[in-house]
Amino acid sequence: MTVETKIEFPDGFAALEPFGDWAIQGEKARFAKRIGCTMEELQTFYDVAMGLLPAACEYLEQYKVEDLSPEGVNLLWVCCSLVTVSFAVECWRQPRVPDAGASAIDAVREPAI
Amino acid sequence: MPYFPKPAEGSWTEHYPHLRTTPTTYADSVSPDWYEAERDAVFRRTWLNVGRVEQLARVGSYFTKELDAVGTSVIVVRSGEHEYRAFHNICRHRGNKLVWSDFPAEETSGFCRQFQCKYHAWRYDLDGSLAFIQQEEEFFDVDKADYPLASVHLEVWEGWIFINFDPATPQPLSEYLGLFGQGLEGFPFDKMTQVHKYRAEIGANWKLFIDAFVEFYHAPVLHVKQATAEESAKLNRQGYEALHYEIDGPHAVVSSWGGMAPPTDPSIVKPIERILRSGLFGMWDYADVGCDIQDFDAVNRSGMKQWGLDSFLFFPNFMILTWKPNWLITYHYWPTSYNTHIFEGACYFVPPENALVRLRQELAVASFKEYGLQDGNTLEATQRMIESYTPVKEFPLNDQEILIRHLHQTVQRYVEDFAAANPPAKV
Repeated sequence: MTVETKIEFPDGFAALEPFGDWAIQGEKARFAKRIGCTMEELQTFYDVAMGLLPAACEYLEQYKVEDLSPEGVNLLWVCCSLVTVSFAVECWRQPRVPDAGASAIDAVREPAI
Repeated sequence: MPYFPKPAEGSWTEHYPHLRTTPTTYADSVSPDWYEAERDAVFRRTWLNVGRVEQLARVGSYFTKELDAVGTSVIVVRSGEHEYRAFHNICRHRGNKLVWSDFPAEETSGFCRQFQCKYHAWRYDLDGSLAFIQQEEEFFDVDKADYPLASVHLEVWEGWIFINFDPATPQPLSEYLGLFGQGLEGFPFDKMTQVHKYRAEIGANWKLFIDAFVEFYHAPVLHVKQATAEESAKLNRQGYEALHYEIDGPHAVVSSWGGMAPPTDPSIVKPIERILRSGLFGMWDYADVGCDIQDFDAVNRSGMKQWGLDSFLFFPNFMILTWKPNWLITYHYWPTSYNTHIFEGACYFVPPENALVRLRQELAVASFKEYGLQDGNTLEATQRMIESYTPVKEFPLNDQEILIRHLHQTVQRYVEDFAAANPPAKV
């Protein structure tokens, strides 16, 4: 029997709980998830997360990155995923970058959090 | 009628008459012979940037770099408190690659006190001297002093590590970097230590990809969907003009507008940019680097208030972009064949003071990546057709494409000069 660890968010961000799978460390993985989603899935996540983004900004501004609680880190990663997803929703109207074909630009080094 | 002033000659291109205004060919970008010629004339004879000192945090830190353009692999190591060295990544015994991880062709990095060859355990100190030979008594008159690691010229400029494979003593690095190098001395590179690095394999000649980064004529077209509809229409009507182009020997700069922070009309930015106060041009709230970067001679040479960024090309393949909000992008283009190369893009920020700033930086980085993906694929399509059996072999370049003329002509000049100085041996 597998026990799934529930992704926790700070108080006030319970609406993000259905989107715990977007709390991903690393831009490469976040981008890969976006490419694998349908526009409906991306739009649903985008709509909820964008609604909470101003409150998330207020929360995140209070902490140095290294002082974030695990819940705070999850919130930061979900917001980073929102950044990645925003291009699909606001620019492309599709998950992939148009005219990008099979090309890939991979993150090979990024800050730990 | 141009929007921004041009030189007295009427155009940037005619301000440098040796560049000419006639159509250009891309014969230098479609042939294996040209690539071989470039390897000798360009990549084995110029200063190549391979990293920054912050990558080598302590004495014994090292990284390797695969340089197909030169035809070798190098080890770059911090051999002393303020000392850096580069060596060919080859053991002096039987030529095994000295430093590699699981996959011999791949780059690696780490920390060590000595380099030890995996094959027969010969060991080298960080300064390259041979320190230990396994079963030394079995050898015939071998003096360890005769077998140090083969070194490569290395110099550091403003924290950037450059190497040079010229068999003779090369021109000092600071001299080589010329006017723009001088004009960036003291630039707060060492404050921008928060790094995001990207790598891509591009199916195009390295010069053709640089071409895409030294002109922004394509920006209102190729990247049109990245702006809101209103802004796209406006950009499309006006088109793109740089504030300033300048050439210094083999190096060049294009100076551009961009990045109103905050924009006068918030409706022209995308929703996420509005909330996060960030985007392709960087954060609306400038980072503190302890100075005004426009005080440096090389930055915003036209002095125009619309200035947003400068793109410097340090020949042959290193670009530094200095952005108004006090962050940096670098690009490197490492050829792996006449029609492929490895593109490296990196974003450098002042370390974020809080998690919100970290998120804003993420948006700037993601924007760079999304644009880059469009560029990369387009260039594969271009390379494909330039190489093809078509009668289309000459290409007109406009004034905003001046640096394309300059890059290709500079490479051609290096190749011709090298051939003249090194005629083939008579058989």
